[in-house]
Amino acid sequence: MTTLDQPQQSRLGVPPRAVSHGKSDGPPDRTGPLGRVRSTIARASRRAVLIAPLLLTACQPAVLDPQGPVGLAQKMLLIDSLAIMLAIVVPTIAATFAFAWWFRSSNERARYLPDWDYSGRIELVTWSIPLLVIMLLGGVAWIGSHDLDPAKPLPSNTPPLEVQVVSLDWKWLFIYPSQGVASVNRLVVPAGVPIHFSLTSASVMNVFFVPQLGTMIYTMNGMTTQLNLQADSPGTFLGLSAHYSGDGFPGMHFDVLALPAERFTDWIKTVRNTGPTLDPGSYAALARQSLNIAPFTFRAAEPGLFQQIVTQKLPPGPGPRIGRPNTSVSPRAEE
Amino acid sequence: MWGKLSWAAIPFDQPIPLIASGAVGLVIIGVLAWVTLKGWLPYLWREWITSVDHKRIGIMYVLLAAVMLLRGFSDAIMMRSQQALAFQSPGYLPPEHYDQIFSAHGTIMIFFVAMPFVIGLMNFVVPLQLGIRDVAFPTLNSVGFWLTATGALLVNVSLLVGEFARTGWLPYPPLSELIYSPGVGVDYYLWSLMISGAGTLVAGINLITTVLKLHAPGMTYMRMPMFCWTTLASNLMIVAAFPVLTATLAMLLLDRYLGFHFFTNDGGGNQMMFVNLIWAWGHPEVYILVLPAFGIFSEVVSTFSGKPLFGYRSMVAATMVICILSFTVWLHHFFTMGAGANVNAIFGIASMIIAVPTGVKVFNWLFTMYGGRIVYSTPMLWSIGFIVTFVIGGMTGVLLAVPPADFVLHESLFQVAHFHNVIIGGVLFGAFAGYTYWFPKAFGFRLHEGLGKAAFWCWTVGFYVAFMPLYVLGLMGMTRRMQHYDVAAWHPWLLIAAGGAAIILVGIGLQIAQLAVSIRRRDELRDETGDPWNGRSLEWATPSPPPAFNFAVLPNIKSEDAYWSMKQRALQQTRLGEEPPYADIELPRNSATGFVCAFFATIMGFALIWHIWWMVGVAALGAYATFVVFAWRDVDEYIVPAETVASIDRANRSARSAALARRQVVS
Repeated sequence: MTTLDQPQQSRLGVPPRAVSHGKSDGPPDRTGPLGRVRSTIARASRRAVLIAPLLLTACQPAVLDPQGPVGLAQKMLLIDSLAIMLAIVVPTIAATFAFAWWFRSSNERARYLPDWDYSGRIELVTWSIPLLVIMLLGGVAWIGSHDLDPAKPLPSNTPPLEVQVVSLDWKWLFIYPSQGVASVNRLVVPAGVPIHFSLTSASVMNVFFVPQLGTMIYTMNGMTTQLNLQADSPGTFLGLSAHYSGDGFPGMHFDVLALPAERFTDWIKTVRNTGPTLDPGSYAALARQSLNIAPFTFRAAEPGLFQQIVTQKLPPGPGPRIGRPNTSVSPRAEE
Repeated sequence: MWGKLSWAAIPFDQPIPLIASGAVGLVIIGVLAWVTLKGWLPYLWREWITSVDHKRIGIMYVLLAAVMLLRGFSDAIMMRSQQALAFQSPGYLPPEHYDQIFSAHGTIMIFFVAMPFVIGLMNFVVPLQLGIRDVAFPTLNSVGFWLTATGALLVNVSLLVGEFARTGWLPYPPLSELIYSPGVGVDYYLWSLMISGAGTLVAGINLITTVLKLHAPGMTYMRMPMFCWTTLASNLMIVAAFPVLTATLAMLLLDRYLGFHFFTNDGGGNQMMFVNLIWAWGHPEVYILVLPAFGIFSEVVSTFSGKPLFGYRSMVAATMVICILSFTVWLHHFFTMGAGANVNAIFGIASMIIAVPTGVKVFNWLFTMYGGRIVYSTPMLWSIGFIVTFVIGGMTGVLLAVPPADFVLHESLFQVAHFHNVIIGGVLFGAFAGYTYWFPKAFGFRLHEGLGKAAFWCWTVGFYVAFMPLYVLGLMGMTRRMQHYDVAAWHPWLLIAAGGAAIILVGIGLQIAQLAVSIRRRDELRDETGDPWNGRSLEWATPSPPPAFNFAVLPNIKSEDAYWSMKQRALQQTRLGEEPPYADIELPRNSATGFVCAFFATIMGFALIWHIWWMVGVAALGAYATFVVFAWRDVDEYIVPAETVASIDRANRSARSAALARRQVVS
């Protein structure tokens, strides 16, 4: 597991999961000195809420600190759209304050026009300004939707890495069909290589989301969604479920480890040597509800397992276990 | 005998709901005891509970909304404090409780605060503005209100008996299906909304009929006040959209109760069908709420600027365009489901187009202020706070309508910040503006200005402090509905947001104080003339509070801003118009139908949730019997004799003459 002990910190001010609710081979503590500094900052800001924004100006929000081509394009799009709209929003707000102040009843110098309620010219302007802005922005949206279609392959000389993603109650399963291995709650990818995800859900709807890489997408039982992402350089990123999926939802996050290509190959080799195998039996065990699962790997994954989940040959996750007292009134999440 | 119901349904192991419901129970018992000891019960029954007067029903709607606002806000405070504490810690609310809180918060705030608030204001104001005596179907109006109250009651019963839904305010399957949510929470949600949804639907039918069929003579469509137009648009949408909600929830009920497979994982069900259908209702719902608020702002801005509304025809057009467009954009709530680029782009652009008529409205309010003499009473402060806040919320909304931008912001706290920005900044500020504006009309005295302004500032500042951090958190990748989290960078922003919620709490405290102080000092705040703000529309022609029949003689409308032009005429001629000939007025009799129906609906809803089938039968029979008794009623009206009408109207006229004389002295 040495390859996983990356001392790298994510660049977004989002340290990887610091607390492990460990089962088998709990992850080593990777809080690191930087993380300790950050939590000190957090503690200090608890005392001084008012100055917290100043302390945090150095912290780049994840979505605005993208680490891949998709996220980068989305950041540009966010800024462009915002700039277009601010061009009309700022003058509108300024005019609101200006009119409200100048035409206050106590201002003797303001002209009172008690019957003025129509001006064709102004009406023309009030309809055409928003219309022009929306036409411009509509163009941005149209082009952006096509350029950043989640299913569209990323331009690259390297063939994409296939990863199959299954959301379960309440953890993530990542299957590498070409490599024949699988991983739970940790997604390891080669940096600089496009990744093609096929996604589904074992039970309820979730959203697969790595803020620093870009586009999120639904996972739905009985259906497959497609997503193409890429991490440009090595690093550790936070991944999470962005759609509420039940009691265990807040613990449903995962680390994304982008490794240099050769280190990724090493990782695959390491994984092949340890851990259980993923077959319908161990999948059924995995599909049962469980909370805060520490990352672990499967040394082998049965080919075609993902297809069996999507086509519902493997039954959906069982939900809360029946037979516990009061399940039919107010079931509790099982530890 | 009692279905799933047993002592195990009471959460004895959870102190928070137990103490909360205990406190609520004590308050209810206290109020009941007080009312009984004072001997007010017969009065309440006669004048309020069985009332079919649109004004009384409107006031009861607003009261329901105010009480539910306290409940919904308690949930908000708990969520904000939990997230402030839950950094690398479980906080004080376990997931199964926290999940109920955010589900209840959304459900209550939309269905039992925003909806009754705007419906209450429409009910109270629209007949007065149209110059008529009541809505089209007075008893149905009462039924609609009491069914809404039933839904609110059932949601609150879930606090103590069983649980509420843990699925979010829209119960997406398959999480809400029996297999993943076997508890009673989702059933509480579904039956509450089935019952209150029926109430909302009849309210919608009633108000549409009222606006379309009942007018004072000369009140043509293009002379109606803007608020009547937005009421019409909003209720057209209610009638078109609420059946979709009811049908969708009915399908989910069939899945849960009778083993159907509309939205299940197995048996060929499709969860995305639910998502499509619920948003086919859900998006119009946003405009159902905000259009009446737009109407209120139009009235308030025009009144306090002392000018007619700028671009009235444009405003009408913009309203009706929004009414139609709002049905064509529902897919923007799930761009991330993986539809093709063309589908996403088309729905994204359709969503943006709504910003055009909305922008026109904002500009028209600005030009209404232009050349005005703006008086900064509390309703006007809410309106200016609204324009600024809503413009920001609209901007982030259009940003979310760009599909690739939504791909990184969907389901994040950015989105939460956006819809609170438009719902608090738009709907709630509008409701508060309307509440302050029409309060003197309803009760005959004004609300205390100083406390009202203080409440406005607390709400506005609190809103920005509470929700601007959520925009930042959304950009930091934080998703909504997190019971705990381990990311250090999120923590300070959540602490700030909790501080914002505390400021809003002070604002709510000030509003309660405002009401209490105003009632105590009602004599000095008395509105003698019936026209405290120098108003423009017909409701200000009536005394405050208006008599049961509203208008002694239906006014004859000759122009827009009907009451304003009447006043101008009186000023020019230095006297009021001739005293009209008075006649007997027929008014609808009170009816307990609404209350009794709702009583049986409550029993039936509760029995359905707990699978107590015999009780379902008994309650259904009771509700049907109530309807039959009502249908067989022979005498449904009573007469107000001409002398009574005359004496009430003469008092009103003398107050107006006095006011007219004062104004002539001034000018």
